[in-house]
Amino acid sequence: MDVTIVLLILLLGAVVTYFSGNKAASKVALLFSAVAFGASLMILNQYNQGIDCGFSAVWMTNPNILFSLKADGLALAMVLLTTVLTPLIILSSFGNNFNNAKNFYALVMFMAFAMTGTFLASDGFLYYIFWELSLIPIYFIALLWGNGDAAERKKAVIKFFIYTFAGSLFMLVGFIYLYQKAGSFQLDKLYALELSATEEFWIFLAFFFAYAIKIPIIPFHTWQANVYQKAPTVGTMLLSGIMLKMGLYSVIRWQLPIAPNAAQELLYTIVGLSIAGVIYGSIVALKQRDLKKLLAYSSLAHVGLIAAGCYTLTLDGLRGAVLQMIAHGFVIVGLFFAAEIIYRRFETRTIADMGGIRSQSPKFTSMFMILVLASVALPGTFNFVGEFTVLYSLFQTNLAFAIVGGTTIILGAFYMLRMFQQAMLGETNAKPFADVSFNEGIVFVLIIGFLLFFGLYPKPIIDLITPSIQDILVHIK
Amino acid sequence: METSFVLLLLLAPFVGFLSNIFFGKQLGKTGSGVLGTLAVVVSFFVSCYFFSQVSGSKQPINVHLFDWISLGKFSINFDILLDQLSLLWLLFVTGIGSLIHIYSISYMHDDENIHKFFAYLNLFIFFMITLVVGSNLLIMFIGWEGVGLCSYLLIGFWHKNQEYNDAAKKAFIMNRIGDLGFLIGIFIIGYLFNTLDFNVIKQAVLTGSNPEVAGWLSIATLCLFIGASGKSAQIPLYTWLPDAMAGPTPVSALIHAATMVTAGIFMITRLNFLFDLTPDVQNIIAVVGAITSLVAASIGLVQNDIKKVLAYSTVSQLGLMFLALGLGAYEVAVFHVITHAFFKACLFLGSGSVIHALHGEQDMRRMGGLKGAMKVTFLTFLLATLAISGIPPFAGFFSKDEILMVAFHENKVLWVIAAVASIMTAFYMFRLLYLTFFKEFRGTEEQKHHLHESPMLITFPLMVLGVLSVVGGAISLPGNSWLNHYLEPIFAHAPHEAHHLGTTEYMLMAFAVVGALIGIGIAYSKYIKKSEVPAEDSEITGFAKVLYNKYYVDEAYMAVIVKPIYSLSKFLRDYIETGLSQIIFGFGAVADGLALQGKKLQNGNIGFYLFAFVFGLCSVVFYLFFLR
Repeated sequence: MDVTIVLLILLLGAVVTYFSGNKAASKVALLFSAVAFGASLMILNQYNQGIDCGFSAVWMTNPNILFSLKADGLALAMVLLTTVLTPLIILSSFGNNFNNAKNFYALVMFMAFAMTGTFLASDGFLYYIFWELSLIPIYFIALLWGNGDAAERKKAVIKFFIYTFAGSLFMLVGFIYLYQKAGSFQLDKLYALELSATEEFWIFLAFFFAYAIKIPIIPFHTWQANVYQKAPTVGTMLLSGIMLKMGLYSVIRWQLPIAPNAAQELLYTIVGLSIAGVIYGSIVALKQRDLKKLLAYSSLAHVGLIAAGCYTLTLDGLRGAVLQMIAHGFVIVGLFFAAEIIYRRFETRTIADMGGIRSQSPKFTSMFMILVLASVALPGTFNFVGEFTVLYSLFQTNLAFAIVGGTTIILGAFYMLRMFQQAMLGETNAKPFADVSFNEGIVFVLIIGFLLFFGLYPKPIIDLITPSIQDILVHIK
Repeated sequence: METSFVLLLLLAPFVGFLSNIFFGKQLGKTGSGVLGTLAVVVSFFVSCYFFSQVSGSKQPINVHLFDWISLGKFSINFDILLDQLSLLWLLFVTGIGSLIHIYSISYMHDDENIHKFFAYLNLFIFFMITLVVGSNLLIMFIGWEGVGLCSYLLIGFWHKNQEYNDAAKKAFIMNRIGDLGFLIGIFIIGYLFNTLDFNVIKQAVLTGSNPEVAGWLSIATLCLFIGASGKSAQIPLYTWLPDAMAGPTPVSALIHAATMVTAGIFMITRLNFLFDLTPDVQNIIAVVGAITSLVAASIGLVQNDIKKVLAYSTVSQLGLMFLALGLGAYEVAVFHVITHAFFKACLFLGSGSVIHALHGEQDMRRMGGLKGAMKVTFLTFLLATLAISGIPPFAGFFSKDEILMVAFHENKVLWVIAAVASIMTAFYMFRLLYLTFFKEFRGTEEQKHHLHESPMLITFPLMVLGVLSVVGGAISLPGNSWLNHYLEPIFAHAPHEAHHLGTTEYMLMAFAVVGALIGIGIAYSKYIKKSEVPAEDSEITGFAKVLYNKYYVDEAYMAVIVKPIYSLSKFLRDYIETGLSQIIFGFGAVADGLALQGKKLQNGNIGFYLFAFVFGLCSVVFYLFFLR
């Protein structure tokens, strides 16, 4: 069995969901996504036994393109992140009633398919196709099922689409140039390519545009907050939980090993820019009125730190970044879910209109609180493991980086606790607030369980990703 | 065997926490309190067991639990270290913890969320134990942040009051400022020694001296001290502690007086071999400690909220401990930590008993004359007050006297500061005592009617702590100190043997006692002889007003730090974010404009097309023939 099975299940899931009718769509999608998760666990098991689960077949001969998938520990970790979050995200939407549910859930499944493909592809052309393919479903999800004023939403979503698409075109140009030199899009061929300093610089830059917009790194982030706010929560979760990790993952998988010298050359600039994003995102988050926007800026701050870790080019940096990608994926999905739960009951996302929820719903409060604490990387949560490792890598690069990047633990606590106080605490709210339902509870418990378990025992994940990261580091150093 | 006992030590309070969170409501109010108390008592007994083991064998106990985080050059394991220092801390954390749990069963009985209260208290004990028994810096950091979390949860326990929530948030954030320092310190130590394990670092320090290490080491210890000053409320990070009094009084006694706030002293004592190598940082610690003790004591002189007085007194006493640390007298600091835990817990619990009797009144101007109605509370409070004022033979006399003595030998200026702070302490503590328990009752008739001594569950812990406040000094008598001898193995340098008692020492002792008596005398003449009652808030003027308003430090922090950050946030949100967004739309507009211009070329005029075609052709030919 190889990893194509996961892709096939997800694609099949999208098709079956589409034909299952609006009533059953959510359940069918949940079923298929859960099966895909099971399949990826089996693949993981095989991988741990030392069996190669990759796949390669000739797709086109001229140009020379392979349909090849690489399943090392790093890719598998990201595939697992996708396939474990997708069912959770689908389950979290069971309280919503979408028009044309079959289309909606089919798009969700299709997006999971495309993102999984992006993580697995080891042929540049194939990778590019998956990369762009994943943009299409989220475009429709945000545009058609989003909230708020339709014209405003259209503006935000189209901006997002064109912006990220335009960024990706730079990457395409980069790939075509590389193909000219190497005669192949294959990952290892591209790794082996000897490029001049100028060539590396431009290739690095071309990739950087695509990734900086996707991740996003400031000042390329302006699409983010509005789209997060206006997309339906499922879309926001897909974007923040998984899709932005495509950018971070691609930095590690494609950009750094292909243009290592340029990365070394630009190290201080780009790490500095990423860390500036940490401060910037945190400070802007402080005074947000809309809960989803606040979380969007918190996300901007967190991915800034992750990107900084990637660009330190150290083992600790890359490993910490991957750990933090996984941790952030879980916690941000949980937090957006909390925002959604409040919206379901109070029909508002404005923080000032909330408050006094704690005395009505102790369970929800506890779960939200734990997620807030994970988000501020309290030791004992998985987020701490990642954040600590990344900050340590920053320290090895430069003391100032660690200090400035480290302010995230202060600023993060500042905006998150401030938000929590305004949204949850205070005099009992006049409007009734029902505590979490069974379905809602499951989603929270799974997310929190994951974060706490791996917070204390991250070894399995560290052991899974470390060899692949070391392999990549060989090409960087 | 040892592993299972270690697990019992750690997990008993954690299981207590889980049970109270999930089943506390079903257990009933008393049930959840008893369960929470038992959980801590179990840990106390296990601590006693280990204490007797290690006291006998003199061999620290190491237990490996599991691997935790791997870094490029080293990994960090979840290991436990039970040595003389951690066991000493365990004993008083779980011991006083047990007493305060017992106390809380009665004190919190009317609260609808009492099970949550016990859950959080248990969680606190769990993290405090983790902090103390960790064998490396990062395990300590788990406990360090964990107790901060519990402090946050318990300060904001009455979450309907947003002022309390503000206090809780402030405590967490200010602690996190310190924690960043702690983290950076951890990074530097990891970088220098490729390990975070205390014993390995100690070996490395004792065996080799690498000159490159020295420069970094000063930065590291300074950063660690910043961490300590956050948790232990030293200048400039002390302002959260007085606000933390918003929490229920048992919390103030346990977390914000006896145990958590001593974590900074624990950390520095734990790493004494590093601080010994960085005298510059030691000097900073001594100066910060001395100034903190004076500033906090001066604020305490005029406060009227009974808990606020005690809070500033705590800050001030912690300052004295840091003074001792900075002077390299770790064992003296530890001694004062322990006696302080006894008498300050007693004072806080006593104030809780008073507040309880007065149905929530905390303003001393509305108290008075309680000694008749509350005999046990009064008597224990008196003992603890004598102890903190430094009257022999009470516990505080010995520990404070040793600090003063060390200061006298090392630096006369610091000694003067500490001595003045001690005189102030004696004054404000007796002011508190007189205003609360003596003269006429100044509260309402209603309150007067209901005045009563608290029930046994409250008075029992008071009596135990009262006795300990009297006899606690016995663990380190001048000239014959059990404590110094016991702690010897954990220090890089042998504790300087208590200065043998010469004339100077006796003079100093006499001086300290006379100073305390002067403080008490002033309080007596003001509040007993002249029957003064502190003025109402609006009538406070002059320097007293500055003191009453705590030197306006909170206001200054607000104006200089918090407000500017808010303004920046608003500015970025309203201008920069929209501006950046417009730039991106600008690209779209440019494309639009180009398209409009381009559209004009498609004008349907065949002549123009032909012209363009010929012009293009000519250009290509020209290029090929002449320019290549």
